Amino acid sequence: MKKIRIQTIRKSIFLLLGIGIVVCAGVSFFNSRHLKEPVVLSPGITEVKTLGQYFPGIKGSINDSNVYIAEGKRPGGALLILGGTHPEEPAGRLAAWIFAENTLLEQGRLFIILSANRSASTVTRLGGAYPPDYTIPTNWGRQKFRMGDRWSNPLDQWPDPEVYIHFPSHQELAYVDIRNLNRAFPGRPNGTLTEKTCFAITQLIRKENIDIVVDLHEAELQYPVISTIVAHERGQDLAAMASMMISGTEDFQIGMENSPPELHGLSHREIGDHTKAISLLLESPEPMLDACRGRTNRKLLLEGKDSFLVKAYQHGLLFEKIDENGWPIEKRVGRHTSSLLQIAELWTAEHPDKGIIINHIPKYSEVIKNGVGAYLLNPAETSPERLEWE
Amino acid sequence: MVITVLYYVLSAYIAFIIIWNLIKSKKWQDEILYIIILIPFILRLLRLK
Repeated sequence: MKKIRIQTIRKSIFLLLGIGIVVCAGVSFFNSRHLKEPVVLSPGITEVKTLGQYFPGIKGSINDSNVYIAEGKRPGGALLILGGTHPEEPAGRLAAWIFAENTLLEQGRLFIILSANRSASTVTRLGGAYPPDYTIPTNWGRQKFRMGDRWSNPLDQWPDPEVYIHFPSHQELAYVDIRNLNRAFPGRPNGTLTEKTCFAITQLIRKENIDIVVDLHEAELQYPVISTIVAHERGQDLAAMASMMISGTEDFQIGMENSPPELHGLSHREIGDHTKAISLLLESPEPMLDACRGRTNRKLLLEGKDSFLVKAYQHGLLFEKIDENGWPIEKRVGRHTSSLLQIAELWTAEHPDKGIIINHIPKYSEVIKNGVGAYLLNPAETSPERLEWE
Repeated sequence: MVITVLYYVLSAYIAFIIIWNLIKSKKWQDEILYIIILIPFILRLLRLK
């Protein structure tokens, strides 16, 4: 009798400890999933729509993301910037954020999505011990962002199949990539949440007659597709020119690669194949994504310094250089802003009647000099109607 | 959607089995193990992770 009593007390203590872990972890996961990120609309943003307005099948879902639209003084072409396709690549989101909060458009239309896969921004890599969020110092304080993952949150799309057959190519892809936005284009209206999101973006491109789509990413230094513009066939001239002009006039080099015709689901392949838009994808280096990195924390995410990667580079194992200065977030974001500006400038020079003239966006050297936070505006000093939340 | 609901039912069933084993267990090492493996199922059922 006494033994049973001791066992019951012991089990109760273990159970209470378990409940304690569930509560602590649960609060952290809940706060991370529901963290609201402010977006102070630039005076150039004339309208805010949602993806659900282009495809009602996604309306009200977690991926019914905002679409920020800037209308130029003069008619012209249309550029769509995709940020947050892979939220764990923060330079893409932050560069898009700078456009949403600062852009002034002289000609054409600019469409900006900050959370192309918002679901993926509400979770971090399972078992990866990633930080749940990160903060950027600004002139008015610190702005916090969700860290995010490469794949949609399993709370929004579960389970994964044994085999993922991409639609419409029927190509067999990695099973987990059924939750990868950049493996599900062009999407389908009756598919998974990720496929529906891709379909909504494709519908946006079709309905708004988008001329150029630029998908902003970051890559590990062990991956050969890095520091480059990946271009669909119809975007090769534009990408090659942008690569040459940037490498000649800016303080950084960027390459250009062709989109593989037989690798399906990626934005640079499928958007080009299934819409009239030119599709480009930008990659900047993100040391935190590398498998041989050291401690995975906010410092590594934002400063990009890692002694293990420096050692790997010294042994010739990387496709991008790295030294003790690392790859700070300013460099990575600046690469994206300058590349986007150069792409728009070259497009405008070639198509004056369909030009896209973007003003008030910092170039690479300015982002490095002033920091990313210098271009994030204070939500407390903004009227509620000019404030949105991601 | 149906498959997702079935997976939640499956998770609840496995969580129930683990709790049942915890109640029946006599070894403290097994009890700790049951608690640890129960946590992800509870977090999923509560839609926290």
